[in-house]
Amino acid sequence: MVAASKGLSDYALSVEGLTVSFDGFKAVNNVSLYVKRNTVHVVIGPNGAGKTTLLDLICGKTKPTEGRIMFNGHDLTKLPEQKIVKAGVGRKFQTPSIYPELTVFGNLEVSYPKGRSVFGSIFFKRDSEVIDRIHETAKLVRLESLIDTPADLLSHGQKQWLEIGMLLIADPQLLLLDEPVAGMSVDERRKTAELLLKICSNRSVLVIEHDMKFVRAIAHRVTVLNRGEFLAEGSMDEIENDPRVIEVYLGK
Amino acid sequence: MVESSIKRNIIGTRGEFMSFALLAIVLLVVFPLAFGIFRLNLTAKYLSLAFAALGLVLCWGYGGILSLGQALYWGLGGYCMAAFLKLEAAAVIARDASSGTARALTTVGLPDFMDWNQITTLPYLWYPFKSFTLTLILMLFVPGLVAWIVGMAIFKRRVSGVYFAIITQALAWCMEILFVTRQGLTGGINGITDFRTILGVRVDSTAMQYFFYFLTAILVLACILLCRILTGSKFGQLMIAIRDMEDRVRFSGYDVANFKTFVFVIAAMMSAVGGALFTLNVGFMSPKLVTVEPSIYMVIFCALGGRLSPVGAIYGTLLVCFARTYFQEKFPSLWMYIMGAVFIVVTMWCPRGLAGVMDTFLPKLWIQVKNHIKLPAFLIRAVDWIGGDAEGRC
Repeated sequence: MVAASKGLSDYALSVEGLTVSFDGFKAVNNVSLYVKRNTVHVVIGPNGAGKTTLLDLICGKTKPTEGRIMFNGHDLTKLPEQKIVKAGVGRKFQTPSIYPELTVFGNLEVSYPKGRSVFGSIFFKRDSEVIDRIHETAKLVRLESLIDTPADLLSHGQKQWLEIGMLLIADPQLLLLDEPVAGMSVDERRKTAELLLKICSNRSVLVIEHDMKFVRAIAHRVTVLNRGEFLAEGSMDEIENDPRVIEVYLGK
Repeated sequence: MVESSIKRNIIGTRGEFMSFALLAIVLLVVFPLAFGIFRLNLTAKYLSLAFAALGLVLCWGYGGILSLGQALYWGLGGYCMAAFLKLEAAAVIARDASSGTARALTTVGLPDFMDWNQITTLPYLWYPFKSFTLTLILMLFVPGLVAWIVGMAIFKRRVSGVYFAIITQALAWCMEILFVTRQGLTGGINGITDFRTILGVRVDSTAMQYFFYFLTAILVLACILLCRILTGSKFGQLMIAIRDMEDRVRFSGYDVANFKTFVFVIAAMMSAVGGALFTLNVGFMSPKLVTVEPSIYMVIFCALGGRLSPVGAIYGTLLVCFARTYFQEKFPSLWMYIMGAVFIVVTMWCPRGLAGVMDTFLPKLWIQVKNHIKLPAFLIRAVDWIGGDAEGRC
């Protein structure tokens, strides 16, 4: 109903009445969330608020008990993980999930969105288009000079960037990032913020983050969750001055 | 920048190419010249086990899928070949009996063990093995199909790791029991033996034994190249990715279970080729070869040789088998302890096996040799070129 009044087409993602219950414990309870096209939308909230579970539900890692997740006309709750990816959703995990034994080039090549079937991957041709795309993506995430380095040897922050690069090479319409700047230096955080604002020009980004300075730098819109339930939503200024948010999360 | 990926994959780096060439020379030239027919036949027997180790390089080394039941698929291939040879042997006996040159001791035209089990007409299951072509097809696809069913059932449910290993081991055990108990169909605990001819040529002649040896060696080399094609493609990188970070692959848009099933089926089919060659080389197939113990040996071959190296798997197999023959002759009761100790040493101190030791040891040795011994310049250049991996893509 809310979606109808707001006009569905403005939204890349609409989550409606989402609930998941683990043995009676509702980790996410009746949450609705709308992410506008080409914006960075941040979800904040105290530990155990259900933020990561919300991303798990969107990318298909966990199946909801109730509710709908609409994305480009697909109901994501009905698709298996790999089809959700093909529909255009990319998910970054909280700890950097990269392939330690492959080089930066190899990591990006494996994530390239062609040759995703068994035989497709055997007969996959590394043509100039693929190579160019890999170099372009590596440049975007500041890893071009390290392209032949095994990913295991990268710094923590560089691993985070590599995983973002691995998502970007598939050109998703919606990017889900779980604490992308955890463990990064101040300088790396600033560069990551620049990167996110650059890449959201033609896609939506949904971010979970605790670092309020970083959130202020990137967020077009903020949603606050608490104990699995929706608490507040608005611009950063509105959220920072909302007494309920100050009480449960930000502190005085 | 664009290059033929198939060519690149087969040849690999110069170092990889040279180790493959060396193995080819050892198998096709050195062994046939150095060994008499008895030792050569023994080598062929060992090489037929190496096919299973090669399959494990793909599915365990690259894919991280540890199967403790590869002998099941190996044995299915072997039994298919044995069934064909046994039917041909029965036909030979029937012909001799009708011409009066020999007396048939059992029902004419049937494998002897069927008669001992009161079976007097050929079971339907045996009909396809009258045809050689059909036998070859079944030899590949029966184990392939079994592996596909097992893979689909297990990987789609996301069972992996030690649980998968236990299931494969249990299945190998079940298969042994099945082959032992269905005596009339399988020859029971004795297995199938007493073959006469293959396509009209006597199987036990020296010429045929040479032929089987070279067939085995060439097929081993072909399977190594197949491994190379697979591991050198994006598929190979994906297998490593699945082994190290399965969820990331799944959330990059891949159906991981399909990949795991595929590599498991390929490993099973490779094993099956080895099993069929074993039947040809050794002249029998028995349920004791289709069970847990040989499966564990296959894993040891692979681990010792280096589970990421197809060439290493062959050396690993040959080394363990020759050592087993030698030590069992000299110190029969000590063999198991020696084997166990070797396995512990390899897993503790050189997890990449023989191949890993060679990869790190040989370049160091070469540098020492270069610095201390005066060698002609062309020799130094040649070895540097072979070992040169910086631009080593041929």
